[in-house]
Amino acid sequence: MNAKELFHPMQEPMILAAAISIIVGAVVVVAGLTYFKKWGYFYKNWLSTVDHKKIGIMYIAVALVMLFRGGVDALLMRAQTAVPDNGLLDAQHYNEIFTTHGLLMILFMAMPFVIGLMNIVIPLQIGARDVAFPRLNAVSFWLFAAGAGLLNLSFIIGGSPDAGWTAYFPLASIEFSPTVGNNYYSLALQLSGIGTLMTGVNFITTIIKMRAPGMTLMKMPMFTWSVLITNVIIVFAFPVLTVALALMMLDRQFGTKFFAMQDGGMDMLWANLFWVWGHPEVYIVILPAFGIFSEIIATFARKNLYGYKSMVMSMVVISLLSFIVWAHHFYTMGHGVMVNSVFSITTMAIAVPTGVKIFNWLLTMRHGKIQFTTPMLYALGFIPIFTIGGVTGVMLAMASADYQYHNTMFLVAHFHYVLIPGTVFGVLAGYHYWWPKMFGFRLNEKLGKTAFWFIAISFNVTFFPLFILGLDGYARRMYTYSASTGYGPLNMLSFIGGLGLAVGFILLVYNIYYSWKHMPRNEQADIWDGRTLEWATHSPVPEYNFAIVPTVTRLDEYWFAKKEGRDITAGTFEKIHMPNNTGTPFWMSGFFFLAAFFAVFSQWIPAIISMLGVFGFMLHRSFEKDHGRYISVEEVAATEKKLRGDK
Amino acid sequence: MKKLSLLMLVFGAITMLAGCEPLTIFNPKGPNAETLSNTIILSIITMAFILLVVYTLLAFMLTKYRASKAAADYEPPHEEGSHLLEIIWTVIPIIIVAFLAVVTVRTTSTVEARPDGYDNQEPLVIYASSSNWKWHFSYPEQGIETVNYVNLPVDRAIEFKLYSFGPITSFWIPQLAGQKYAMSDMVTTIHLAADEVGSFMGRNSNFNGRGFAEMEFEAQSMTQQDFDKWVMDVKTHEKPLTEEKFNELLTAEHVGRSSYSSTHLEFRPAPMEHSEHMNMNHTEDSTDSETETHSH
Repeated sequence: MNAKELFHPMQEPMILAAAISIIVGAVVVVAGLTYFKKWGYFYKNWLSTVDHKKIGIMYIAVALVMLFRGGVDALLMRAQTAVPDNGLLDAQHYNEIFTTHGLLMILFMAMPFVIGLMNIVIPLQIGARDVAFPRLNAVSFWLFAAGAGLLNLSFIIGGSPDAGWTAYFPLASIEFSPTVGNNYYSLALQLSGIGTLMTGVNFITTIIKMRAPGMTLMKMPMFTWSVLITNVIIVFAFPVLTVALALMMLDRQFGTKFFAMQDGGMDMLWANLFWVWGHPEVYIVILPAFGIFSEIIATFARKNLYGYKSMVMSMVVISLLSFIVWAHHFYTMGHGVMVNSVFSITTMAIAVPTGVKIFNWLLTMRHGKIQFTTPMLYALGFIPIFTIGGVTGVMLAMASADYQYHNTMFLVAHFHYVLIPGTVFGVLAGYHYWWPKMFGFRLNEKLGKTAFWFIAISFNVTFFPLFILGLDGYARRMYTYSASTGYGPLNMLSFIGGLGLAVGFILLVYNIYYSWKHMPRNEQADIWDGRTLEWATHSPVPEYNFAIVPTVTRLDEYWFAKKEGRDITAGTFEKIHMPNNTGTPFWMSGFFFLAAFFAVFSQWIPAIISMLGVFGFMLHRSFEKDHGRYISVEEVAATEKKLRGDK
Repeated sequence: MKKLSLLMLVFGAITMLAGCEPLTIFNPKGPNAETLSNTIILSIITMAFILLVVYTLLAFMLTKYRASKAAADYEPPHEEGSHLLEIIWTVIPIIIVAFLAVVTVRTTSTVEARPDGYDNQEPLVIYASSSNWKWHFSYPEQGIETVNYVNLPVDRAIEFKLYSFGPITSFWIPQLAGQKYAMSDMVTTIHLAADEVGSFMGRNSNFNGRGFAEMEFEAQSMTQQDFDKWVMDVKTHEKPLTEEKFNELLTAEHVGRSSYSSTHLEFRPAPMEHSEHMNMNHTEDSTDSETETHSH
């Protein structure tokens, strides 16, 4: 492959502009760190950290960047289709853009945002000092970051994947997608997928083994429950993706025929494997959001969560059902009436536990005292908008009717109506809610609320027209359409909505800068009058989380302790055992990244050498003696005095 | 406020569309598409009822229990939940889902079989296969083949046999029937009939690469006499489809319409049926014996 081919994406002005902005951004960060002599600080406090709070913050930072990367893709798509026969993008670039939009938003925006919030909140909510395997947690993050970096690199070198985020075979095979784009797909997803699998193991262990004394399973906060169930789904679903991606790589780069059209291969196998992972994946990003809404609605209605047991049960039922509905993604594949009927019924059945949750949230607010803070606005906006996504989901679940919705804009509208009010509103609610806990100051409420209204209204302007277009026979993924179809006006409306969404998200990020400059510091620890343990410790949280690990006797222990005037963090200090920071995860993932990058271009010798680097770090770790360190009683006392005295 | 904007949007859309044709999906021209249209309308009505319940409850909670309305010293009570309410909002959705499940199973069986009223009629079989960004239509009974257009007699049961010479495509004539995948390793079937004479948009709806957006064809329904006349015309005036010509067609990206007085099925038989595919380990010889029964 010569240089011209290698950099062929750059020959398109739009892509070139995007590539330049990526490079300029990277240069600014590097130059800034050098100028302010912050490299040492940055390495010691961030790149080599094993602190769950810092890892969580890094996850969210990457997620926000990817939100804008995927958002630009989305705007380009809406701009291209805003008028009929538009020539802003050609078919090839449109195809690359909708593919990377899907991949970035699901795997590199929604996932890290959710995992970032889990990282920050879970140990605090269960009264733990870190996750069960802090170093593994850092490996998870850096593998994810390596995967995200690799996928974004495809934009600059070699070309992006262009077979849709579902990468159906035979389209994604080497025969029909000969560029390296889909090699990036299999390798970038593989890296971050392995990271996610480790996260799953880590958080299940953390929640099962490290809860504060007295916190039995049925006394856990709802967010912790949702994260436990989510990670169980991760551990069952992600290995399927790992295998599918490995087979994809073998097919594309080693000439195997797993998904080939001849020699006993089966293209339908890919669709099945993809969705056996892909459908549970939807619940991996939605259940934690349900958990976040549960916390926020209870806090700002000043009432305990209604029907706690049925909330837990409904999530367990959803997680089980999520594994037996995958074929509804391809009712049109021609499996008979029997198979389609079974999958229709299992799919529609999910509406029942989901409905139970909606009604429990509504009833939580009854007799409450509702405060309309920014996080609460997201939670309240979620209910009416997500319900539209839910009921259209039931409509799509009906196999016969799906023959008319499948592959249309109706479907596109439906899953945006699920994922944006569900996952995106969920993580944004959590982000506003827990921000003061992370940084010790609030995000400005006025800016936060303005951004919310922009996002909520523009969202409906963008996506509601797509339902109508779908019912009018507008197939998805078409880079253009002719004026005679009459699809023009509604597409234009949708584009205008997209611009509004962009304004909302820019306001959201501007709010970070504004609040950093102007909001008062040293907010009190329990800023929202919360119910769960994370509000019992200082803001920002000290490295060891809790000087004294609280003892729990009931659900919402902290809330009742406040009412009864008890201090659950009182006691005598003892020395605290903490893990040491380590650069190994960062460097090891760096070698993983190199190996994957060379593998994309089938440069096996450098890829193998890079993998030797990875194994070198593993070997080193196997013989390394690192028993962590202790924070002395004096140090704990001094820190606590300082954090308390500041208030 | 949000709901208001949503309502305005819906009304805006309705007024905008009021002057025009009904949406494609709700403008069926055959029994298969009509069954689906009715199913969809029924499901929309059911779902509107659910939305109404949720929106009413939400509006009630948000107006009645806001902090600004409560006394400053009001402290909300502790409520564990109610078994009665939980049973109600579990059982009612189960009933709704059960109802829709019955509708789904029935309508799915309806559209997956020969249309009602055509039971005693032998269907006209048309093979529709895709390659790159075009469609080939083979009429084995008539011994003719077309590219990128398909003519159908009205009031006649028709069976489309679908497959692909490459990536998965989805064959869709929304006003006549729901879509189905065309795949390289097995044949799938769509049953339909057209009730009236007319021209309908048909397309591949499943993304299959660069030329996807333009992968459309025209489906024209005509009286039996017109259809027979057209078949005669093609048979007498067009050249037969040679293997060489067909291979040329397969590799081309986009082509215009064309017609031939023989089909490619003679030298390039279609793959297996889905049901047969599921019942056997695919061995080389079974492929041949299966396809012969369809393509004589």
